[in-house]
Amino acid sequence: MSRIPLSALIGLVMTGAFFFTAIFAQWLAPYGLNEAVGDVWENPFWSSEPSEYLLGTDNIGRDLLSRMIYGCQITILLATASSAVAFLTGSILGFTAAVVGGWVDQVLSRLVDLFMSLPSLILALVILSVLNVTLPVLILVMGLLDSTRVYRLARAVAVDIVVMDYVEAARLRGEGTKWIIFREILPNALSPLVAELGLRFIFAVLFISTLSFLGLGVQPPLADWGGMVKENKDGLVYGISAALVPAIAIAVLAISVNLVADWVLNRTTSLKGGRGA
Amino acid sequence: MRDMSDKPLLDIRDLKIEATVYPPGEKPKTMTLVHGVSLTVEKGKVLGLIGESGAGKSTIGLSSMAYGRGGVRISGGEIFVNGRDIMKGGAQGLRELRGKEVTYVSQSAAASFNPAKRLMEQVIEASLIHGLMSKSDAEARAVGLFRKLGLPNPETFGERYPHQVSGGQLQRAMTAMALCPKPDLVVFDEPTTALDVTTQIDVLMAIKEAIRDTGVAALYITHDLAVVAQVSDEIMVLRHGKMVEWGTTDQIINKPREDYTRALVSVRSHEHAEKPSSGDPVLKVENVTARYRSVPIDVLKNVSVEIEPGHTLAVVGESGSGKSTLARAITGLLPPMRGQMIFNGRTLSNDLAGRTKEDLRELQMIYQMADVAMNPRQTVATIIGRPLEFYFGLKGAERDRKVQELLDQIEMGKGFADRYPAELSGGQKQRVCIARSLAAKPKLIICDEVTSALDPLVAEGILKLLLDLQKQEKVAYLFITHDLATVRAIADSIAVMYKGQVVRYGPKSDVLAPPFDDYTDLLLSSVPELRLGWLEEVIAHRKMESAGN
Repeated sequence: MSRIPLSALIGLVMTGAFFFTAIFAQWLAPYGLNEAVGDVWENPFWSSEPSEYLLGTDNIGRDLLSRMIYGCQITILLATASSAVAFLTGSILGFTAAVVGGWVDQVLSRLVDLFMSLPSLILALVILSVLNVTLPVLILVMGLLDSTRVYRLARAVAVDIVVMDYVEAARLRGEGTKWIIFREILPNALSPLVAELGLRFIFAVLFISTLSFLGLGVQPPLADWGGMVKENKDGLVYGISAALVPAIAIAVLAISVNLVADWVLNRTTSLKGGRGA
Repeated sequence: MRDMSDKPLLDIRDLKIEATVYPPGEKPKTMTLVHGVSLTVEKGKVLGLIGESGAGKSTIGLSSMAYGRGGVRISGGEIFVNGRDIMKGGAQGLRELRGKEVTYVSQSAAASFNPAKRLMEQVIEASLIHGLMSKSDAEARAVGLFRKLGLPNPETFGERYPHQVSGGQLQRAMTAMALCPKPDLVVFDEPTTALDVTTQIDVLMAIKEAIRDTGVAALYITHDLAVVAQVSDEIMVLRHGKMVEWGTTDQIINKPREDYTRALVSVRSHEHAEKPSSGDPVLKVENVTARYRSVPIDVLKNVSVEIEPGHTLAVVGESGSGKSTLARAITGLLPPMRGQMIFNGRTLSNDLAGRTKEDLRELQMIYQMADVAMNPRQTVATIIGRPLEFYFGLKGAERDRKVQELLDQIEMGKGFADRYPAELSGGQKQRVCIARSLAAKPKLIICDEVTSALDPLVAEGILKLLLDLQKQEKVAYLFITHDLATVRAIADSIAVMYKGQVVRYGPKSDVLAPPFDDYTDLLLSSVPELRLGWLEEVIAHRKMESAGN
């Protein structure tokens, strides 16, 4: 096992902290999600009146720290679940297209081309505006839209592996498609997929934040970071810090996951077969 | 010690070459590739460097241009070209040396030419860059070299693009490129290894004549002793980056002093006694015709061959003759358009999907590149154990015991079961592939060029193992190869293929005995023989024949 570089260590600690916060949000948050506790937009950072709340309060006087903690939970839950959906569907379909080939590959690939030719944000806005937006719907829409990207990568990686002699040997042995996908191809395609997983997670965080900021993502009374930026953005004009806090959190989460993803990418690409990964 | 008064053209003294490797998860390691090798090449002489892969022969060859490939560096010793220490010349000195005094011919001409430029432009490039001659002079010289190297239409040959000429012609064009700036020394790095035997002989002769006529000195690097014996004045045998033996060509091949050289010289001399006929064939291929999708040419035309149980049928031919396609047709990967295959008395489904598990089990395949024939993420135990589990339902301890039995059978013994393919040597990898096919208890194994990628001594071991296993298991082999020495060592019957047809077929003793048809004669006479003057004999023989026609 090689030593973990400093940047990856920082990334790991921060990502770990975010996930810890997300999992234990109910115990960590000092106040309730929708509990109005103080004045509107109390600003603890550069205003003359100090606030008893660590991060101040939001546009209707709720404790910003508590909302940040609950928002962390929603944001990470959505990003994780939609990445999982994207990876499961994307990679399984991509591998199947590469292994089976022929018209199956053609149909799937052209369908994916079609979806990729439309800007995913606009597509998501159209779909979400006609549907009743709940968490499962959000997860599915984001996951399926993202799975086109994963499909592309998985298929490209698998097409290179399918032509290897060991896959041919497995076919000649009489192995089924399931064995070929999960035992011959998946272990060899894992490195690029894991690295991609990190990147996709970050994009999912940004995507959900964007949707919520535009009002089509997480619906009140639930809150996520993107929605919180939206709620508090008007305060920026008056020098209120409330909108900056969730914005900074989004950036920090994205950067720390990226640090980890970079390290995984480095580590796995240097492993040309053999032990590890 | 040689006489130092007449300065040799190339004088390498106590050369040490190192490379740094970065194994994942460990500290970078420095490996010594060449441990103090000294050599000299006189003006106009050819020194052959021979050894197996990893012997350092290419590394030494490139060092005469003060060049180290990816991470390789010259860490000790001196290299003199024309009496000048090239390690001390700096960048300017190197520019004067490379492409002017020393030039290079690489193994794969196809990968070395720029596909977007015409051949002439590339052949005269070095001469123009160094300002050695005017463009018209360089072109005239190139045309002269094309003619000397026997290229077709030498006047217009240079106008073609690399993809418009054959592999053998491209290799000769690369030789022309190396000779064009009138260098003092040319480094030939396995220039004929990637070519078919029938093409190799022409290229070899062209190179030899070009060296003789231009009076250039050469380092000729190859792993094939029979080839190097034809072109060089002296031979140096290398192993693990050290010199084993250095002498005249005659001395090395006729009176080798070292054991290792003796082994190299005698490696091709095995003869396998033909087995008597033993009744019903295990596989009958009847009038098989096949083509690849979207290419309207029959790659196999009416091919009919038979293999008897426990026998070996060698399928011989050059690249493009259809021998590997025959294997694909038999395995069902390329269903034939016409014809049928009868295996064990049953008619085989042409399509892979239509075959029974029993058919699949009894017909196994071993590949040329053992590297890519094994999943790099599976251990040896999984690789060998999977057929046991898949065909016979063996599990757990019973399976492990059988895997170990198979490992013993391929003479690898204990301690390999939980290794990954990357942790095996080339020969060991091929042995594991053999064990994997053997695990299915097959009646027939198709061996597709299984020894072509291996060093001669390792290949010999694999052939011996295959013969031993044939005796124990009574398995039949369909042995695809382009190497006739291998055929002699293993075959009971032979099918010679040319352009998709079987042109000669029968027991080994018949096929290899005259009278020959034209193609078999060409093929057999093109296999390099390990004696001086063989090349000239063959060429003279051919000239006589074509004059007689």
